[in-house]
Amino acid sequence: MASESRIGSDGLFNTAEVTTSGRPVLRRNEVECFLLSSVDLDSEDDPPRFTPLRSGNLILTTHRLIWIPSSQSNANTSSLPSSLPLSSITHIFSHKKSIKSMFHSPRIRFQVDSLVVVTVVFRGKGDFDGFLTKLWECWRGRAWEEDEKSESEASSGSGAGTVAQGLYGNDGTVRMVGLAGILRKEQEQWESTDKSLQDAFQDLNALMSKAKEMVSLAEKMRQKLLSAPSSQNGGGDDEEMGSKEEMQQWMLSVGIISPVTKESAGALYHQELSRQLADFVRIPLEQAGGMISLTDMYYHFNRARGTELISPDDLWQACNLWEKFDVPVMLRKFDSGVKVIQNKSHSDEEVMSRIRTLVTKTETLRTGVTASDAALTLKIAPAMAKEHLLSAETKGLLCRDMSPDGLRFYFNLFPEIDPTDLHLVKDIGTYGEWVKATSLLSV
Amino acid sequence: MSLIGKSVPFTSVSDQALRHRFSICCSWIESDRICEGQRMQKLGDFKLPQFFNYPPYFTLQPVRDTREKQIQLWKELILDFCKSQKVFLIGVEEDFPLFSNSAIDRTLSHEARETFLSAFVGEGRAEWLDKGHRKCLILWHRIQDWADIILKFVRENGLEDSVMTVEEIRSGTESLGTELEGIDRTILMRALKLLENKGKLALFKGTSADDEGVKFSV
Repeated sequence: MASESRIGSDGLFNTAEVTTSGRPVLRRNEVECFLLSSVDLDSEDDPPRFTPLRSGNLILTTHRLIWIPSSQSNANTSSLPSSLPLSSITHIFSHKKSIKSMFHSPRIRFQVDSLVVVTVVFRGKGDFDGFLTKLWECWRGRAWEEDEKSESEASSGSGAGTVAQGLYGNDGTVRMVGLAGILRKEQEQWESTDKSLQDAFQDLNALMSKAKEMVSLAEKMRQKLLSAPSSQNGGGDDEEMGSKEEMQQWMLSVGIISPVTKESAGALYHQELSRQLADFVRIPLEQAGGMISLTDMYYHFNRARGTELISPDDLWQACNLWEKFDVPVMLRKFDSGVKVIQNKSHSDEEVMSRIRTLVTKTETLRTGVTASDAALTLKIAPAMAKEHLLSAETKGLLCRDMSPDGLRFYFNLFPEIDPTDLHLVKDIGTYGEWVKATSLLSV
Repeated sequence: MSLIGKSVPFTSVSDQALRHRFSICCSWIESDRICEGQRMQKLGDFKLPQFFNYPPYFTLQPVRDTREKQIQLWKELILDFCKSQKVFLIGVEEDFPLFSNSAIDRTLSHEARETFLSAFVGEGRAEWLDKGHRKCLILWHRIQDWADIILKFVRENGLEDSVMTVEEIRSGTESLGTELEGIDRTILMRALKLLENKGKLALFKGTSADDEGVKFSV
């Protein structure tokens, strides 16, 4: 990841890669650190050195600053997702707190390539100070240099002729080799885990003592939010709405979902989770044949996450938000109550036609299909197959047969039978084929 | 079973249906496997339709449109059968032959039986005889139709001013071979009462219970 000079006629920023759901594509070893919404990036110089980016989400990672336009901003060509490598920042100006700055939206200024000064204006509500701290940390951390070093090491290391022998490697560190190596590795892991646990418990002890106070405080806040009238008219109430939003954000960070947030577009956390989920869902969906139950997705997603698991409620909220974004997946609820995630392109018509082909075969005309037969033939999960068969029944394509060994479905012949002439079997139609199929049974 | 040279048995069906059935019989002869009447089952001398072997026919369908069609088919079948076999009464829990098909190992559930019979009652082709819906009177002729049949019978036999017992109407020599032969007594009484209200006859009791009598004044 070499740093290049970016000041050209096309502007200061690189175009950032974004997934179909609007999440940034992160490089190897790049970790997301912070996210703020309603951020502008302005040029301080006059005439401006680059086109200002207005009203987007700013994501700080260990390697870059990524700006993604939010859906509300107008889609003109200059508002593409953009990124700026942290390596190109040469100076971050200290944030002077003056009387003037108290009236403005908070802003940060930093210098890129010793030339251009960029002003970041935070128009939204967010932990601005936390962001600034993190920015300093990431900038000072210089994670990109380690990447370069390991890359160059890897390229040079493969060419090295000598292979390390014995317990000590070429660079003097202890090699993880053999049974001793495995044991030592485990030992080191235990030690580091132990240490981090100890640190955590220090904080935890402190937290536990405050826990009761926190819970009661949070409850009070919640009551206050609930009791306050939700709809107000008049401009003078903007401030109150603003502080309410702040409270919601804060409460969400503590882990309490306010019922008020359900009506709004959802807190930022759920939005980002929703986008991330939409990206992740793609592969398991393909493997499952276009449709996957919500419980299966919960399992897949949390397994992939490892830590920071999401609750079933979070998953449910995130899926519900999909209808507000333009993502290629949707949540669907069947009459029986089963909830599934399916591709928008996955059509019911296609499955219906496959079912129809299956039940009009001579063999299945005679014997009908069970849910497991259909699952095998259509290559989908049995629970999904049952849902499809049930919806085919509702559409009138199939009818059911309660046999001694379970529920079976047959092609629906009832419409083809004439009630005024019970013995009539027309030449055309599936009824005649069924008669033929059953007559092939041995005597 | 060779059908060559034998006349194809039929109940009262249309010409077209007859031709169609005949063509099916011919195709039997042509095919190598000759089914021993497998496809066209019989109950007594009543020929069952093909769909009687269709398993879903014996499961009460949940989907509304399908169920309506199913009810219709059951109604026609039951009426046809009862008319041809002179069945007037169906016990819901009894072994009414149409309610099960051993060839495909299916039986109508109690719920299904009640649903289908209740559909009849709704259309005036049947009546429940008890509140518990255990016995159902089948009116493959409506009471009004039976009344007309009685009137016709009276006229054809020149009984306009005569007296008969109710039992004679059911089993007398004049009734032999007519539709009135073996008619269910309850139905007969209903029809007679209907005619009485119209002034076509008068009912009176005889010396014993069997001797309920009718004086026609058609």
